[in-house]
Amino acid sequence: MNQPLKQHLIDPEICIRCYTCEMTCPEQAIEHDDLNVVVDAAKCNFCMDCIPVCPTGSIDNWRVVDTPYSLEEQYGWMDLPPQEEVAGDEAGLEALDDAMAALLAEAHKGAGGKSRAPATASKPTINLYTLGKPAEARVTGNYRLTAESSDSDVRHIILDFGGQPFPVLEGQSIGIIPPGTDEAGNPHLPRLYSVSSPRDGERPNFNNLSLTVKREPYGICSNHVCDLKPGDTVRVTGPFGATFLMPSDPAAHLLMICTGTGSAPFRAFTMRRQRENPKLRNSLTLVFGARRPQELPYFGPLGKVPEQFMAKHFAFSRQDGEPKHYVQDRLRAEADRVGELLADPQTHIYVCGLKAMEQGVEEAFKDIARAKGIDWTGLRDRMRDEGRYHVETY
Amino acid sequence: MLDLINVSYDTQIPNNVGLSQDKKVLKALEKWHPGYINWWNDLIPQNFQESLVYLRTAVSVDPKGWAKFDYVKMPEYRWGVLLAPQVENRTIPCGEHYGQPAWQEVPGEYRNLLKRLIVIQGDTEPASVEQQRLLALTAPSLYDMRNLFQVNVEEGRHLWAMVYLLHKYFGRDGREEADDLLRRQSGSEEAPRMLGAFNEETPDWLSFFMFTYFTDRDGKMQLESLAQSGFDPLSRTCRFMLTEEAHHMFVGETGVGRTIERTCQVMKENGIDDPYDTGRIRDLGVIDLPLIQKKLNLHYTLSLDLFGQEVSTNAANAFNAGIKGRYMESRLSDDHQLQQDTYTVWDFEDGKAVQKQVPALTAINMRLRDDYTKDAAGGVGRWNKIIEKHGVDFELSLPHEAFHRKIGVFADKHFDPSGQPVSGAEYDAGLPKWLPTHADGDFIQSLMKPCYEPGQYARWIAPPKVGIDNRPGDFEYVKLHMA
Repeated sequence: MNQPLKQHLIDPEICIRCYTCEMTCPEQAIEHDDLNVVVDAAKCNFCMDCIPVCPTGSIDNWRVVDTPYSLEEQYGWMDLPPQEEVAGDEAGLEALDDAMAALLAEAHKGAGGKSRAPATASKPTINLYTLGKPAEARVTGNYRLTAESSDSDVRHIILDFGGQPFPVLEGQSIGIIPPGTDEAGNPHLPRLYSVSSPRDGERPNFNNLSLTVKREPYGICSNHVCDLKPGDTVRVTGPFGATFLMPSDPAAHLLMICTGTGSAPFRAFTMRRQRENPKLRNSLTLVFGARRPQELPYFGPLGKVPEQFMAKHFAFSRQDGEPKHYVQDRLRAEADRVGELLADPQTHIYVCGLKAMEQGVEEAFKDIARAKGIDWTGLRDRMRDEGRYHVETY
Repeated sequence: MLDLINVSYDTQIPNNVGLSQDKKVLKALEKWHPGYINWWNDLIPQNFQESLVYLRTAVSVDPKGWAKFDYVKMPEYRWGVLLAPQVENRTIPCGEHYGQPAWQEVPGEYRNLLKRLIVIQGDTEPASVEQQRLLALTAPSLYDMRNLFQVNVEEGRHLWAMVYLLHKYFGRDGREEADDLLRRQSGSEEAPRMLGAFNEETPDWLSFFMFTYFTDRDGKMQLESLAQSGFDPLSRTCRFMLTEEAHHMFVGETGVGRTIERTCQVMKENGIDDPYDTGRIRDLGVIDLPLIQKKLNLHYTLSLDLFGQEVSTNAANAFNAGIKGRYMESRLSDDHQLQQDTYTVWDFEDGKAVQKQVPALTAINMRLRDDYTKDAAGGVGRWNKIIEKHGVDFELSLPHEAFHRKIGVFADKHFDPSGQPVSGAEYDAGLPKWLPTHADGDFIQSLMKPCYEPGQYARWIAPPKVGIDNRPGDFEYVKLHMA
């Protein structure tokens, strides 16, 4: 069977036939007749040069297909066909290149099916920069987030993109290309990191973003990133990810469950909410696990987020003189409130962290749901199809 | 090394032409700059000048960098001098010098011809901003207001582009011409703008949409033909301007389209099938399709006049000199000299419109106008699709080229929109059906009430299908400064 393909298409209902894309395309992949402007799937290499030059946004359309739509088919269109269900497509349109799409598909597996973006999420940009044409970012900050005494070295890295447009949404990831080559002499593939700053930048209206990176023993990329100094430059691909996004609707309640650097997207979600709707009440719930408070990234700044804006529940598994607590234990301890949230159609659940947390969280939800007389698997699948249940674990 | 892709901000004037190393031109432009800022500041009402507008600014001329979106106060917009990258070994694409290396300096023999073309192009850019200066007061949404301001700041940048060429390549008289571009005013008695269509006020938003669709499209065709110029700096300037011009086409096409969409929706909601039941349709606060046809007739025919005489020796000279090419010249496969070819033009003989063959060289204007008509017809077809989708029995069409003309062989002759000659009396009787009347203008004016709530639209126009820069529906495109 054929591997599903991603195809670049133009929405004929929105396109005004100015042909700017056609003039811009370095591959001559775009052509037109008297009716439509079309993209030749055999020539398009996703360089994205045509995306910013389009005045209408009609150019930014993608479909996962078994067989690409031919030029003749596209010439005959009055409007864009909807995305069809394609067998063997687990990844959807999270990324246009297969390596990154496979990484994200693996990370989202814990959701139990194909992920969908929240109904009111903003439209993400993906694959603007690729391995062949990466962006270059300058490091403007590298701060240790964990206590010096801890053996866990988690860092807050700030990257500045200068004049290069790099639009990201909260929950998206970027790829960092480590320098050097592997044993076979091939350049390293990018590693994915969740962005931990909101869309308008770590500092509003600066073209920058932040990452939350843990140094892993022998980790080629994490050591590279954790050792970066202000002024250093890194090669960046992306952005990637089109489902693990936050809803724009301020009435949506976000239940965010994370461990360690899984907090990165939730820092972004929280900051976005605070910048957009600082007066909201009971807007967010955070369940955050770490070994000790000293190892919990952003423990200090989190303390400053008012409890009535975001309910915070911490679980520590290695605190001296205390029993071991994991995020699933905190969920169970808050079973009444969590049960309420499960029943609320405004609730969006996000789970992010190490793969190991998945099962415990799933079990806790099952128990809490059962006590309320709800079938968890059915609810989870429904929520996922509605873009309200998201898992990203690694 | 000089970076000719990314915009340099090391002078007051953002540019990718190495201005900081070109002291003489830099000094001249810096002298011109305050006059430009004054012109801008005096033009658009103050509270809009202080508002934050979500605009795109080009930060480089490579595709990734020319649409960077952010909130900007308009007087702080980074107007700059941006030329498309130089194509190596480019040759003159047409005329008697065909195939010779493109000129990097002004060829002496064509100096005046070139200067005049640049001045005429330059004169239209600020003119349209002047024509549209009060529209924001009646914007049907913040989205539309943002689009208006985007068009305005880019017309401003196009003025900069032409002024740079005048300063850089035409010495003292270039500087004087640049000053005159700020001295003339749209609609002024003493110093009007050079072309007639640019001295008419843009009184309402439907006129604005029609103007950007039809009249800016003439601008696009002129830019297309100047982008084919053998004078390379002019070609590079116009090529970059064209990428911006596409946005103006977009504003026009979708603006008219959304107006039509709303009219059809409201007709259907109220069970009105007859598009000519204009009284009832107007009572519902939307613009009837026959009136949209009349507006189309007006703006299309005014724009046709901008192409000049059908048969023109000036146009022949400009083409033959390699100063101005044809639409998509580099994609045409003939000898690019047109010494033997003929072309079909309209003429007026025995009281009738007839077509005849003339030497192609003299028909350059006609040819560009035909390309324009073909380009313009595409959007009309897409508007008709909207009407069809709603099941309304009505079809918009471009009127015949003989109708309502002030320039060319049909100037002041009496034709109806289908191209049939009519008597003076028939013409007078037909006019209220063919062109907007004062009463029609009053009606449109009565709908022009501002709608400044994010995500809200005036009743007469449908929201857009896609936001600018993928923004969601309730995005605050303009953060209004309420003084």
